[in-house]
Amino acid sequence: MRNIINNAYNTSNANGASTANNAHNGTTNSDFAVSVTGLTKAFGDVNVLQGVDFTITRGEIFALLGSNGAGKTTTINILSTLLKPDAGNVTVCGFDALLHAEKVRENISLTGQFAAVDTMLTGRENVVLIAKLRGIPKSSEVADKLLADFGLTDAANRLVSTYSGGMTRRLDIAMSLVGTPSVIFLDEPTTGLDPEARLEVWRMVKNLANTGTTILLTTQYLDEAEQLADRIAILHAGKIIANGTLQELKKLLPPAKREYIEKQPSLEDIFLAITHNTRSECDERDEQVKHSKEVA
Amino acid sequence: MKMLRDTYALFGRLLKHVLRSPDTIITVTIMPVAIMLLFVYVFGGAIETGADNYVNYMLPGILLMSIASGTAYTSVRLFSDREKGLFARFNSMPISRSSLLIAHVLVSIVSGLVTVFIITAIALIMGFRTNAGILQLLTALAVLTLFMFALTWLAVIAGLGAKSVDGASAFSYPLIFLPFISSAFVPTDTMPFAVRVFAEHQPVTSIVDAIRSLLCATPAYNAIWVSIAWCVAISVVGWLVGRRVR
Repeated sequence: MRNIINNAYNTSNANGASTANNAHNGTTNSDFAVSVTGLTKAFGDVNVLQGVDFTITRGEIFALLGSNGAGKTTTINILSTLLKPDAGNVTVCGFDALLHAEKVRENISLTGQFAAVDTMLTGRENVVLIAKLRGIPKSSEVADKLLADFGLTDAANRLVSTYSGGMTRRLDIAMSLVGTPSVIFLDEPTTGLDPEARLEVWRMVKNLANTGTTILLTTQYLDEAEQLADRIAILHAGKIIANGTLQELKKLLPPAKREYIEKQPSLEDIFLAITHNTRSECDERDEQVKHSKEVA
Repeated sequence: MKMLRDTYALFGRLLKHVLRSPDTIITVTIMPVAIMLLFVYVFGGAIETGADNYVNYMLPGILLMSIASGTAYTSVRLFSDREKGLFARFNSMPISRSSLLIAHVLVSIVSGLVTVFIITAIALIMGFRTNAGILQLLTALAVLTLFMFALTWLAVIAGLGAKSVDGASAFSYPLIFLPFISSAFVPTDTMPFAVRVFAEHQPVTSIVDAIRSLLCATPAYNAIWVSIAWCVAISVVGWLVGRRVR
């Protein structure tokens, strides 16, 4: 019920993101960036994946939703060639993940559940390292541009061990964009982030999708899937039990009842409002002084 | 070509780790140097080795000890790369797969050599002297390097297989103490039978004997070949098991 009520406030946002992507998809609708059929994987006696099927269209944001241990990370690891499936077919950008793993790796980028950054290096050194490993000729120029895009120019020459959680995650994602891979896997990109950093990651994901990058993100936060995804699949007990747009998934439930409730601000609203005010007070003190003079 | 490029990039990264955390060199150096001071200036007078210069006698054992404690850091570096997801990141990229491990092994050997040079310099101050020729010195260095290589493969197993940082470095403790039950500090013939049998047939004794003979410019070829065989055997086993763990 709570979700359905929330939707009323969020629809404008979610629709905005999906129209932008549909425009980009255009004629390539039949061309899948990722195609998974009959995927199974067991660790010992535990059957983590028991026949997973889904496809992701080029340029779309696809959310894999599931509780802890549902097999989201296992799926991502198989797609990014880190794990071999027991059975099933996995194609990424037209390449079979088992037969042409090297080709798949050239086209993808993985942002794991925990920021995979080298804390003993500076932010800049981290990005340059990835650029060198990807064989990009002007690695330091690429690094400077990405660091600027992610607001890390000032911190670029500091050791990553001094970064905040949000900065580390931004660097982590910046590192994933080196060489502009066409498919990006984001495994729980906002787990463990504060609300502000979480919104920042959401903005980055939306911007990324606007450039035509295909994004597969896993999350256990339902609102994250609602906010970002063009399509949502629910992974439960090793199988995809639902797959579709938010509107399609809503049809699975009986039509929403109309209830009148007072809109209470959530704790997140309050937190963001207060912290944002404090920040702008610092930044715009001069302007406020001017303004109060005018009023006087 | 790509393998060289990737190895070079990853080697540079790990070298920065070593340079930025001087403790990896300092802790590895301090303990063996302290033991060297203790043995030379406290016990040394009472130990009858037949050699007129006790620093000369014990330096090879001290070097092996420092190499063993140095590889604990190799293991910890591997463990943290796996734990932080850096292995996953690198392995999902189009890089040469073997370059990851090769870079770790190379950095392990480079930092081991740095430790060997520092300790040898301190030993020189304490009175270590050698009349070995350049070829004998290089052979001694080669045996030490082979020993580093062998222990690094054990570190790979520990680093990739461990469940915690402590577990990753714990493998080195018995290795650090192995020189005590060898010919490193005292001749083995005063030891009780069972201990002596162990001491005379474990790798440290032959490696110590080999290096000691080289530094005295009287190479004991038998000990040299036996120590090379030990190092190669340990490396092969470590490599085979390490691949599986990975």
